[in-house]
Amino acid sequence: MWRYVLKRMGYMLITLWVIVTLTFVMMHAVPGDPFTSEKMTPVVLANLKAKYGLDLPLHKQYLIYLNNLLHGDFGVSMRNQNRTVNELVVRHFPVSARLGAMALVYAVPGGIALGVLAALKRNRVPDRLAMLISVLGISVPGFVLATLLQLLFGVTWKRWFGNVLFPVAGWGELRHMILPAFCLGMGTLAGYTRMMRTSMLDVLGQDYIKTARAKGLSSSEIIWRHALRNSMLPVVTMLGTTVVFVLLGSLVVEQIFAIPGLGKYFAQSVTTNDYTLILGTTVFYAGLLIVALFLVDMAYALVDPRIRIGKGKA
Amino acid sequence: MELSRELFERLPSDAGAHEQISRPSLTYWQDAFRRLRKNRVAMISLIILAIITLFAIVAPMVSGYAYDTADFAASLQLPSSKHWFGTDSLGRDLWTRIWFGGRISLSIGVISALLNLIIGALYGGIAGYLGGRVDDVMMRIVEIIYTIPELLLLILLMMIMGSGLGTIILAMAVLNWVGMARLVRGQVLQLKQQEFVLAAVTLGASPIRIIIKHLLPNALGPILVSLTMTVPGAIFFEAFLSFIGLGVKAPVASWGTLASEGKDMILTFQHMLIYPAAAIAITMLAFNLFGDGLRDALDPRLRGRD
Repeated sequence: MWRYVLKRMGYMLITLWVIVTLTFVMMHAVPGDPFTSEKMTPVVLANLKAKYGLDLPLHKQYLIYLNNLLHGDFGVSMRNQNRTVNELVVRHFPVSARLGAMALVYAVPGGIALGVLAALKRNRVPDRLAMLISVLGISVPGFVLATLLQLLFGVTWKRWFGNVLFPVAGWGELRHMILPAFCLGMGTLAGYTRMMRTSMLDVLGQDYIKTARAKGLSSSEIIWRHALRNSMLPVVTMLGTTVVFVLLGSLVVEQIFAIPGLGKYFAQSVTTNDYTLILGTTVFYAGLLIVALFLVDMAYALVDPRIRIGKGKA
Repeated sequence: MELSRELFERLPSDAGAHEQISRPSLTYWQDAFRRLRKNRVAMISLIILAIITLFAIVAPMVSGYAYDTADFAASLQLPSSKHWFGTDSLGRDLWTRIWFGGRISLSIGVISALLNLIIGALYGGIAGYLGGRVDDVMMRIVEIIYTIPELLLLILLMMIMGSGLGTIILAMAVLNWVGMARLVRGQVLQLKQQEFVLAAVTLGASPIRIIIKHLLPNALGPILVSLTMTVPGAIFFEAFLSFIGLGVKAPVASWGTLASEGKDMILTFQHMLIYPAAAIAITMLAFNLFGDGLRDALDPRLRGRD
């Protein structure tokens, strides 16, 4: 077990290194540098480049960056005056994280509950309703949903009721979070509903459920003790991808609802060629993702004793 | 009640009778197709997809308007008999633009799914069949690609290669084949233990022939199902890219760019968002429902369950 964990951690480090290197190379392959669009004299430009170490040969820059990274230093943002990348991440990531967490908190249990309900009431009204919600959630792009919600709550609601129930932009109070979190979680909710329904129906058709019924367990006992636990397995594997999905989605949602999250800086860094910020946010997101995938694999092994860790593939 | 011998009648025995095949035998694919045809939702979805494709091909040619001709005298009109879906801020006919955009969106979806299939199936097939160290290294590479934030890779690719239809398709193919590779590898791992593979090896077939001729066709079911889900995924992702301003360049339009333009006019001219959004939603819906039906048809174990 511990050997497996260590091996996985080694792979995680290699993955992270590949990502840093790849991003570094591709970033420098893009024409232009952080200061291309500025109007300045050659002397000023040269000084600026010297300040950020851009005058050094590329392999030196790379080694310096790696060295700093190993010491936990992401460098200074080149376009946000004298703010370090660490500072930006520490300040703005919690906003994204809170939004994402809120979306997950309603979407994952909600999806699981809806899926179970649909499976138990198969082909009846609750099933049809759950499937309708799930199909709509999968079919409507997030930004369309967000825009329609803004129209509904920002214009229509205000006209009819004369007050603001949920503000359509900004950040601070809980009610600011409702609409963005709803949009962000909708796709996840839909996915989990479908997944859970299929999985639950699959389990309910198994022989051991028949056995449990035959030995006289009540329906609720069968569902809680046998069906639910077993049907959760494929859902656990999905958690890793869900985190990615939510992070990606928060880029859009943050933009539409004017939320000061890290996604905004990530998008901005790419358009302005802010080298350190691009690298910093990428490494940060990638690291999060890798850790999330790792944790999911571990959780999977814990939930399902049939998976023997250390042998075969994880 | 007494059962006497007279009540029974001896039938002449016919040796061949129980060997008779009363129904024509169906191959796996014929059977799957029969099941698919009986699934009403899937068939309706298929018809809708056919209609959308047909309109995307034909409608821009016969609408009487060009997708990129501006007419400022007719800008921002609501739907009317002259302009069925109204016009945009430059007076371009939305009906034409939506179907033209359909061409772009559908091509992005279909072509990137095909590229996806070719790369992913071969890669996964090779990794799964050869196994051992090769498999280990190949899957490690997949894992690394899988963890790179796709948006970043895509943005960087687009900046290097210039944004446009080709770049979007290529970038999506580069990013998305890993899922297909994983799926195919899993299938191949299951299949390669079976006797027909051993038979092929004994007959001296090369590994690449075994993968292409024997293993992949047997994994076709799950591959097809995954493809019907890849196409809408690509269309969705393209819409997302358009939203953050990385979509196809004007005057060319996709459903994503149209919806994105419509979003900016939401307060005054809702029709500009509603129509493209509906086009995306209906297509997504049809693809997903058809994919569900296809999965049920190909995997009888799940029949009637989902």
